[in-house]
Parts: sequence; structure tokens; C-alpha cells
Amino acid sequence: MGMRTNVLRAAAALAVATLGLAGCGGTSSDAAAPAPAPSATAAASALTIKDPWVKAGPAGEMTAAFGTLVNDTDADITITSAESPASPLELHEMTMKDGKMVMQPKEGGFVVKAKGDHELAPGGDHLMLMKPAKAIEPGDELTFTLKLADGNTVPFTAIAKPFAGAGESYDPGHMAPMESAAP
Amino acid sequence: MTSRRHLLTGAAAAGLGAAAGGGLVAAARSDTPTSVAAVESLTTGTSTVPFYGPRQAGVAEDPPAHAAFVAFTLPAGTDRRALGRMMRLLSDDAGRLTQGVPALGDTDATLAPLPSRLTVTFGFGTGLYRAAGLESPVADLPKFKIDRLEQRWSGGDLLLQICADDPLTVAHTQRMLIKDARPFAAVRWVQQGFRRSPGVQAPEHTQRNVMGQLDGTANPRGAEIDPAVWNDDGSTTLVVRRMRAEIEKWDILSVADKENAVGRRLDSGAPLSGTQEHDEPDFTKLDASGLPAMPDFSHVTRARVTDPSLKLLRRPYNYDGVPNAAGQPDSGLIFASYQKDVARQFIPIQQRLADKDVLNEWITPIGSAVFAIPPGCTDAGWIGDQVLG
Repeated sequence: MGMRTNVLRAAAALAVATLGLAGCGGTSSDAAAPAPAPSATAAASALTIKDPWVKAGPAGEMTAAFGTLVNDTDADITITSAESPASPLELHEMTMKDGKMVMQPKEGGFVVKAKGDHELAPGGDHLMLMKPAKAIEPGDELTFTLKLADGNTVPFTAIAKPFAGAGESYDPGHMAPMESAAP
Repeated sequence: MTSRRHLLTGAAAAGLGAAAGGGLVAAARSDTPTSVAAVESLTTGTSTVPFYGPRQAGVAEDPPAHAAFVAFTLPAGTDRRALGRMMRLLSDDAGRLTQGVPALGDTDATLAPLPSRLTVTFGFGTGLYRAAGLESPVADLPKFKIDRLEQRWSGGDLLLQICADDPLTVAHTQRMLIKDARPFAAVRWVQQGFRRSPGVQAPEHTQRNVMGQLDGTANPRGAEIDPAVWNDDGSTTLVVRRMRAEIEKWDILSVADKENAVGRRLDSGAPLSGTQEHDEPDFTKLDASGLPAMPDFSHVTRARVTDPSLKLLRRPYNYDGVPNAAGQPDSGLIFASYQKDVARQFIPIQQRLADKDVLNEWITPIGSAVFAIPPGCTDAGWIGDQVLG
């Protein structure tokens, strides 16, 4: 579960996604990715997410997904967007504004440095579930797909946890309605 | 499966490496000079017990020094799906914490290294099976005339037995797992207990309880454990009884009277018919006055079973609460007994003790609970997935 299976699933799914792209040949060439011709083996170990989890919460109320993004490659990887059947998603960051922590959409997405980690954690960068269609119950498993600037996708599964900590005063799930009016 | 395991092992090993490093630094900075040899032997904190496997951990291993038994009550309306979600969360975090890795979203991740042989063992009470619409493999115990049971120490739909050689590890694990469980269940009771600290005696040394008795001499050991404890599917059962020690009454007895009540020498633990702790008691032997050397009313005589499949694996912990204003202690034993079959193994022994065991004068059962211990799980599953999945 958690850490083990998701790392494996993400890696395997990436390999599949990359093969799919290769099969499509020129049709994917319009992607903005500056990367050279993608190689299945290189991409298969490109980006993984370790220890993914979601903060459980009621239907319709914003919540967030967390985990550690791990880039195994020698080049930076940019995550431009994310999707989930559970809810519309946005990539968010927390920032200090007028002496208060507020969250806002992350300009340019999340950049995971070459051979680096990028932590998504309460109080920091996170995947924002804007409006979950159903209640996210503790112990539920939710599927997500990260979209990369090079056109690749990274699917993963995260478990929902009851969580109330790490500074509830700027908890993204509750701060959001007043502060996230940014476009 | 293999790659998952490797990932887990890798992560765990990394955690342990960090933990070991931390231990060394701490030792080097401590006020007392520490020899290199002493630092190298500093393995108590970094020792781990595997969580995943066909049988749950925390049963057959030599018991760690500290334990918390945490029982929960399920609210009405709990269904099988909710139980599955709860056990998936709990198993996932137990799998991490036992290997020295923080729980998911661990609010105090710095407390996760140094697992100190941490085990988390899950037990299912009759109420959990009822909620799941399943037949329970265990039943509540019959009433025994010695019982003075209090609700606050009795029953429970779900049990977590958390054991480690360090009390801070137990405390952190207890807190993280209660946070996982509380959307699903209410804490019913918690019993915290202790044994001798690691390094004080050789492992498997029979320990003394708060009454000074060597406790557990007749436990099955090694290959004897399997036929007494494990069912073919990897399940077993657990009885938890809270035994209050009437210590101030016990204090009044002479050593000879104490030994007659137990049937063993207090110092050596030898049966009154022998000279060494592990001598087989001889119930036919007569003493100088022509009476049986092993009194008929003694605890050992009443509890004795010779059939290996009828033995109990006792895993008791002492408790020592806060004395009252008069200075009288609140002490006793969290008596934890593992066996294949409660009805066949535990109840007959408990019945014989209840009927006639002179030690009843000095111990009072004030809590009682019975749990099925489901099989272990793989690292892709969760405890109970074979029952509730």
C-alpha cells in the first residue's frame, strides 16, 4: 500500500504512458516539451511520488493531497497540472502575504530539480482538491494523474487520512474560500 | 511483489541508518564518556521486527519492555466497508512505524526513528464481527466467581497491542494510531504496562511480576509455541485480563506462605518438589511431614497442563498506577494470554484457578476481554483483509 505500491504503480504506468507516446509518433510533437526524443527506459524512472496521501473531508469542501515527488533523472521535471476523478485539481503553494500565510496557484507548476525531491506537505506546496464530488472518507484510496511539461503523465493512488495538524490556522482546506480568489 | 518489498526494505534501511547515526551522535554528545564498544552495542533503539508476514508480530517474539493495550468501541452502524478502510489505514501506518518510518502525515516525524522492536498487533472482538455480519471465532468468557470486573477495563471491538523496548516509541505509536482510528471508533480503555528493560536480563529469562514471583516459567518456548498458539491460517486468540494485586495483603505473608500459595520458591522459581526453575513439578512427592510437596491448592498445581497443545503463551505486563492518599499501591498484572482456542485451552485452566487457587486471595480480576487475532498480511494488503476484504 502507500509508499510501496504507489512508487511501483507510478513507475509502471509511466513506462506504459511513454510507450504510448512513442507509438503515436509525430502526433505528440506539438507538445511544448523541450526534451529530446523521449526514451522509454529513461522516462520509466523519471518521476515518482513517495508516501502520497489525501486529507479526508466532506463532499464539496476543499482539501489537499500530499507526498514527496522524486526526480531520478539528470534534468529538472515540471508538473504543469493534475487530475483526479475525485475532484477538479489545482497546484497550489503557500506564501506570506501581508503577514499571513495564504495559498495561491503555483505559477509555472511544480519544478522538481534533477536528482531531487519536492515535498508536498501541509503548510507548503500541495495538490488542491477544489470541490470533491463525494465525501473523502478516511481509508479511501483516490487515483490521481500528474501531467508533466514534456507531455508524460504520472498516475498514482493516495490513501485518505484524517488530519488536523501542522498549523490549522492556514489549513488550505479552510483558508481557501477567502484567499484563493487569484485567477 | 519483490520490487515492492525491496522498496520498503530500502526505505526502512535508510530510516534505520539515519536512526543509528542519530544514536551515535547522541552518545558522543552525552555528558558521560562513552567507549567505542558501548556505542557499537547501542542497537536497542534500531532493532526492528517485521510487520508483514503470514502471522502477526507481537505474539511469539520475546516481549519488549513496554506495552499499551488500546481497546476501541465501534459506533452503531459501522459496516464492513468502514472496517476495511480503518484497517487499511491502521495497517499502513503500523507497517511504517514498526520499521522506524514516520506515519503518513506524521505530525511528530522525529519520533519515528528508534522503533526499538516495535510491534503492533491487531485483535478483533465479537462486536467487530457482528458489525461486519460475520460469525465470530471467539466468544466472551463465562463469569468466574473470582471476577470483580469493571467496565472501564473490559470488552472491546478492536484491540491494538503496541509493544516496544522504549516507552516514547510506544507513546508516539499509540497517538498516531489512535488518530487513524478515531473517525471510526472510540477509545474504550487503555492499559499500559512494563517488564524489565532491555539489557537487564538475558532474553527469555523468566521475569518477575510486581508481587516478586517469577512469572511464565511454564510458557511454551521455541518449537512448543506453534502447536499451542497458531492456527493453520496464521490466526490465534488473545485474552487480556487485568489482575489487581492485593499487594498489602500479600506483604503480610511469610515467605513460606507465599511459596505455598504459588507452589514455587520465590528466589529460584523452582517448584517446591525440586531445586531448579525448570524442574518438572512432582505432584506425588511428599515433604518431611508427609504432605504433598506441591500443595493441591497452589497456583502451579491448579494451572498445570502437560499436553503441549493445551498450554497458554502468557505475555504479561506489570502495571503500577498512582498510589492513593493512604499510600496504598495500584499495582498488578495485565495478563495477556495467547492460545489457539480460548474454549479448549484458556477456560479450563481459568476455571480450575477460579474454583480453587489459594493465590486468588491476593489477585483480583478487574478487567477482561477476548479478541481474535487475524492472520498477518502482505505489504500489499492490510490486517483483516482475509476476514473483511
